[in-house]
Amino acid sequence: MRGSLRELSSRRKPLTRRFAPTSPVRTGRGEQFPSLASELMSQTDIEIVVDDPTAPEDDSPSVIASGTIEIIVCLLLLALAITLGYDNWRTGASWDATGPEPGYFPFYLSVILGGGSLYGLIAALVSHRAARETFVTRAQARRVMAVFAPTLLFCLVTQVLGLYVASFLLIAGFMRLVGKIALWKSLLTAVVFTAIMFVTFDIAFDVIMPKGPLEAALGR
Amino acid sequence: MEAFGLLLHGFAVLLTWKTLVLMMVGLVLGIFVGVLPGLGGPNGVAILLPLTFTMDPTSAIVMLSCIYWGALFGGAITSILFNIPGEAWSVATTFDGYPMAQQGRAAEALTAAFTSSFIGSLVAVLLITFLAPMISSFALKFGPPEFFAVYLLTFCSFVGLGREAKHKTVISMSLGLLLAGIGMDTVSGNLRMTFGSPELLRGINFLVAVIGLFGISEILLTMEERLALRGHAAGISLRVVLGVWKDLPKYWVTLLRSSFIGCWLGITPGGAIAASFMGYNLAKRFAKEPENFGKGRIEGVFAPETAAHASGTSALLPMLALGIPGSGTAAILLGGLMVWGLNPGPMLFVEHKDFVWGLIASMYLGNVVGLVLVLTTVPIFASILRVPFAAVAPMIVVSCAIGAYAIQNAMFDIWLMLGFGIVGYVFKKIGIPLAPFTLALVLGNRAEDAFRLSMIGSGGTLKVFWSNGLVSSITTLALLLLFWPVIDNLLGRVGWTQRARAPSQ
Repeated sequence: MRGSLRELSSRRKPLTRRFAPTSPVRTGRGEQFPSLASELMSQTDIEIVVDDPTAPEDDSPSVIASGTIEIIVCLLLLALAITLGYDNWRTGASWDATGPEPGYFPFYLSVILGGGSLYGLIAALVSHRAARETFVTRAQARRVMAVFAPTLLFCLVTQVLGLYVASFLLIAGFMRLVGKIALWKSLLTAVVFTAIMFVTFDIAFDVIMPKGPLEAALGR
Repeated sequence: MEAFGLLLHGFAVLLTWKTLVLMMVGLVLGIFVGVLPGLGGPNGVAILLPLTFTMDPTSAIVMLSCIYWGALFGGAITSILFNIPGEAWSVATTFDGYPMAQQGRAAEALTAAFTSSFIGSLVAVLLITFLAPMISSFALKFGPPEFFAVYLLTFCSFVGLGREAKHKTVISMSLGLLLAGIGMDTVSGNLRMTFGSPELLRGINFLVAVIGLFGISEILLTMEERLALRGHAAGISLRVVLGVWKDLPKYWVTLLRSSFIGCWLGITPGGAIAASFMGYNLAKRFAKEPENFGKGRIEGVFAPETAAHASGTSALLPMLALGIPGSGTAAILLGGLMVWGLNPGPMLFVEHKDFVWGLIASMYLGNVVGLVLVLTTVPIFASILRVPFAAVAPMIVVSCAIGAYAIQNAMFDIWLMLGFGIVGYVFKKIGIPLAPFTLALVLGNRAEDAFRLSMIGSGGTLKVFWSNGLVSSITTLALLLLFWPVIDNLLGRVGWTQRARAPSQ
């Protein structure tokens, strides 16, 4: 994932992005002009090469199918719809003289949500296409968890030690452990970023963030 | 030319050092956001919104809208140089932009992209300048039934015209409307769906949800991808710029066509993404040699970029005139308006002239300044991509948390943001669209209030929605749009329209 200014290596992997369409016109294009490109590119151009050594492999096995996730999501939404629907029924979901009672709108919305998720549930159960499609591969799941777990920890630490300490720990820790960036760079970035945030929000704009023992000790 | 005089007044509001500096800051942050992977227009605006809480509304909207213009410009840079669309709406720009860069014409492609973005925005801003005041003064006559009918029209057009599976749009929208209803009911004062929790009493804040849905989930999604890239950051010389500009008149049809498509899809909830593809496809269809598209034709850059920007800009028209956002980013700006204590809707043009015309003037100035800025600083912004994502990701997470917390000073909101992050990640992966959800969350309470006020006014009869020509035509149109797929199908079956059958074959 680390960026570096480097010469063109011989490896020419196509760049894949989520938004890349599957149009046949696009794939492999641009490969036609590589030599021409280097000839025509003037000397002042800056070449930018960013590698991604921990990129998820393309042949990683699927952890779970899209169809399964769709079924789970629809079941959860159905449960939510029933819970909310029941609560609104209790609040009063009928139509009195001046129009609908407070629970009227949300109650029927719960019914619509329930109907939609029920339809989605059946559609997902019937569809064979979604059952085969990969929701996430093992390599992808590992990378997503590498961001999600630290974010979860960050929220916990924010609650206990305040946002600024948590922010320092998250940035330094993530850069060092996940990004494998040199320790001094990680620490420096974390300190500078946290300080900028503190100055911007706490001092300049007077937006108060959750604080912990460290800020208290420093008298802020 | 009343609008012209007011516009001049807007420029007068705008031309203070403070506002101009904020504008530059906004543009730079916006381009930054547009270039970085895992951050886009809506996320950038949502995350940076808290910075503006203590500003006056005019400075705040100028800065935020400039972030948006900047992001629109920034998206083109990575599409052309690295074949990586920084934004979904710049996907179509890669079709011809990247081959041009491969042929050593990167500077030309970038100039074309920026110039056409500028032209697209300009057409849309002109439209806003003259059309928005007219629509808003017309909408001043609206009562609750008319407003409800317009909201209904917005919701129905999402369901009827959306390209996603219908039940998924319905799920997304009803979930958004339900979550908007949590907390104190504004009409009766009753508590709804709080389950005795004091945290839920405040309701679910729209901006917290947006920061989670677009900020956190986008980071998770970005991590799934291979984040490698390679390309050249070409500097743009004045000679190239003038060369491209000299040829501009040759492409006036393409530019005009794309501007119109963009404006149309921006005002209706079609969006910039659809506009850019449609602009590209139509340019290709009407070209003399369509087979050259995709091989580095400059028209292939002009068409999608003009349309995307025209659409992105004109999405602000319904927001300003009616209080109905035409895009995700417009919805967030609308959320901002409420935080700054303004009431979105036609009254804005009457009560807050400085604000509205300052914003419109900033669209003109922001796009001119933005054009100059991107033309001169492309290599610098392209090198931002060298910053490792492992450093960017935690910073985005921290910014998201700050943004979520600052809105209501509640730790609960940080957890809520994380929850919405997961929801956004899963929804995006299984194809449940997030735009209807966002729209429903921001408009839910207003729609319900409008409905219940109409009911109180009419004594509880639904006939009020067909009580006069205006409201009944809007309501009928809404219902037609809702059932449009069915109607279209039926017409096709009877043989009335050829078009209906064609796509199914």
